[in-house]
Amino acid sequence: MTENPIEPLLRMSGVSKRFGGVHALDGVHLELYSGEVHALMGENGAGKSTLMKILSGVYTPDDGTIEINGEAVIIQNPRDALRKGIAIIHQELNTVPDMTVAENLALGHEPNKAGVLNRAELRRAAREKLDLIGASNIDVDTPIGRLSVGMQQMVEIARAVAEDAKILILDEPTASLSQSEANRLFDLVEDMSSRGMALAYISHRMEEVWRLSDRITVLRDGKWISTTGRDEITPEQVVNRMVGRDINDLYVQVDRTVGDVVLSVDGLTNGRGIGPVSFDVCAGELVSLVGLVGAGRTEIVRMIFGADRSAGGTLSVDGTHVTIHSPADAIRNRIGLVPESRKEQALFLEMSIRDNALLGNFERFSTAGVIRRRQANSAVQDRISELRIRSTSMNQEISGLSGGNQQKVVLSRWLMLKPRVLILDEPTRGVDIGAKQEIYRIINDLLKEGIAVLVVSSELPEALGISDRVFAVHEGRLAKEFTRENATEESVLMYATGLSTEETDASGPMGGN
Amino acid sequence: MTTVQNTPKLDLKQRRQTDWAYLWDRYGIAGVLILLVVLMSVIAPNFFSFDNGINVARAVSINAILAAGMTLVILTGGIDLSVGSVVALTGVTSILLWTAGTPAIVAVVGGIIAGALAGLVNGSLIAYLGLPAFIVTLGALTYVRGFSYSLTNAQPLVANDLGFRGLGNGGIAGIPTPVLIMLVVYVVLWFVLERTTFGRHIYAIGGNREAARLAGIKVRYTLVRVYVIMGACAGLAGVIFAARVESGQPKAGEGYELDAIAAVVLGGTALAGGRGRIFGTLVGALIIGVLSNGLVLMNVPFFYQLVVKGAVIVLAVAIDGLKNLKRA
Repeated sequence: MTENPIEPLLRMSGVSKRFGGVHALDGVHLELYSGEVHALMGENGAGKSTLMKILSGVYTPDDGTIEINGEAVIIQNPRDALRKGIAIIHQELNTVPDMTVAENLALGHEPNKAGVLNRAELRRAAREKLDLIGASNIDVDTPIGRLSVGMQQMVEIARAVAEDAKILILDEPTASLSQSEANRLFDLVEDMSSRGMALAYISHRMEEVWRLSDRITVLRDGKWISTTGRDEITPEQVVNRMVGRDINDLYVQVDRTVGDVVLSVDGLTNGRGIGPVSFDVCAGELVSLVGLVGAGRTEIVRMIFGADRSAGGTLSVDGTHVTIHSPADAIRNRIGLVPESRKEQALFLEMSIRDNALLGNFERFSTAGVIRRRQANSAVQDRISELRIRSTSMNQEISGLSGGNQQKVVLSRWLMLKPRVLILDEPTRGVDIGAKQEIYRIINDLLKEGIAVLVVSSELPEALGISDRVFAVHEGRLAKEFTRENATEESVLMYATGLSTEETDASGPMGGN
Repeated sequence: MTTVQNTPKLDLKQRRQTDWAYLWDRYGIAGVLILLVVLMSVIAPNFFSFDNGINVARAVSINAILAAGMTLVILTGGIDLSVGSVVALTGVTSILLWTAGTPAIVAVVGGIIAGALAGLVNGSLIAYLGLPAFIVTLGALTYVRGFSYSLTNAQPLVANDLGFRGLGNGGIAGIPTPVLIMLVVYVVLWFVLERTTFGRHIYAIGGNREAARLAGIKVRYTLVRVYVIMGACAGLAGVIFAARVESGQPKAGEGYELDAIAAVVLGGTALAGGRGRIFGTLVGALIIGVLSNGLVLMNVPFFYQLVVKGAVIVLAVAIDGLKNLKRA
């Protein structure tokens, strides 16, 4: 802990890193003590990951020193970092899915005799490693790809612990974990720190930072802002330091009027555990589906959009029955979907901002298949300024934008469609707080125009903050409906986790169909 | 999230220090062609002349037309191994139509339609049944060849007074017709790729197929159209070939698919799809052509020509690979 007047295990001082002319890091310092959990906080682009990549040997700093146990060291590459006792658990897992847990744990130093694998030893060593972190329930002969993300992460941590890591970096470790998996991880983190490891913990989730960390370092724009004990600061202060300004009223709640039913879902099911669900979304109304990972929220909205097949149920838009078998059908009926995972499902990384905004819209800006460029370009330009997308030009490759700006480009694609119904699946995942606020503002503008908005969110405060109505989703069904007035985080969670149940007919107060 | 976080800065880095790397990316392959032409002019006797330039262009034209269609296919992340066989089938078809007494225009269009139909079959299997393009077109490579043998009893069909022989042998103002056709194909396909909805959809599908589907793009329909265009290009090449040799050769086009793919890859199009430019492909085809022509003029034995050609292709792809390593 911090009180100990001892030398830190790790001291990074004056660390700078430039990419081209941009300072990704500018004179940052960080000290990690044995036994502490040290949270690193900052918006996207603040430099957290760059700092951790320097520590784990991925980048070499342009400037600054790194000391381990008071001795200056140079970390040449990830392998060298590991030798020096520094391990990193990346957000994207580093496993070979088709190989067994035991094989993954031994990767690179398989026990062998003259190149012939010693299987018994391989499995014994694997069990030993898993025991170290109390994960003996993981079967070492299972192909690792069949384990849940949380379990795979455990295996990776076991590998790091077994290699005698003194410093463990966890980069957004709970991003794709269920609540119970996350709880298990938290226990493990506490256990590792009590054994004297130093943990650097990157996360956007304030709640878990408060639960786990001893100290908190805030970075902003590549600069060190502050390092404080957790008890010396409040979450609001951390947020203020991250954004460099006061965030008042993150969730904009402008008065809006709710109109007639626009989207009506009746008995929608995929026949395999999701649904049947029935609900309405009205003009100018924001309805969100909340629940645990795997509860079926994404599956429900993907069926509405035609991205996945449904096995039954009907949809109507503005009172007209519609048949949707594909996203193209949904779009024709003016239903849009901003998918959950931007990179995999929404972006064309090799293409420009312009093309990314126009894809799906080109027909609107073309004559006999030939694009009317002037008109298309000016439409994109309008969206760029309207949504305040920060870019050098619309011909810039989209991969160069921050997560928030990329998300705004995806939004502009759907705005150009002039949808009646816009579905947003985790609209603010991976975007920083400033961009979040802007996205809420954009959503609000849409609501004022009378669009029906359906949101899937894993962040309860967000869902409760922006919604008119909330459905708790549990095991593929709508477990309970809440209005903004009667929804509290506790009550919604009770239903989302299945602790409370109430068979609702799930048609809203607006009445069924 | 953490990876996304750094992207803007990483990219700025590339922008900044890569002003010339960007130029290399965009025009490097053209520079290679110019260097090669200069080199050949110095070491190969009679290389640098108008007549020889025309020779090279004529020799390149058929491969370049195939490679143009292949660029579209590869941009979607696909491949077409059957184009060499389609060249034979469509050449034979046009000669059969001519000898059966149809007008020249019908014979020519018939040949092209035969190619488009072969592409329609390939494309439908790939797009609607979800079969891998490599396997579907590998099969087509064999069965299409089989069709052309069975149509001709494996004998060349010689056509007398071929009505469309001008397609292969004629020319305007000293420029051979096949070269003019090739240029038209490139300009048209450039326009299609850059200025039409369909073209942008090709890039989108190759770049991120799932995102394309979720953006409402008709992925399968677009794919079928791409393979039909590929087939039509192969048909056009087949008809030109037949006009050039004034006969239907069931063995025509063997191995052409590989030269076409080589030209596309040399031209900087990523085999994974989503990234590339059609005029790069033309330059790639010219590089192969200049190299072959120069080696012939230098009296390099045929076997060694193959060695050099193959090595150059691997080298060019290696350079591209290194470029991508840096990018990553």
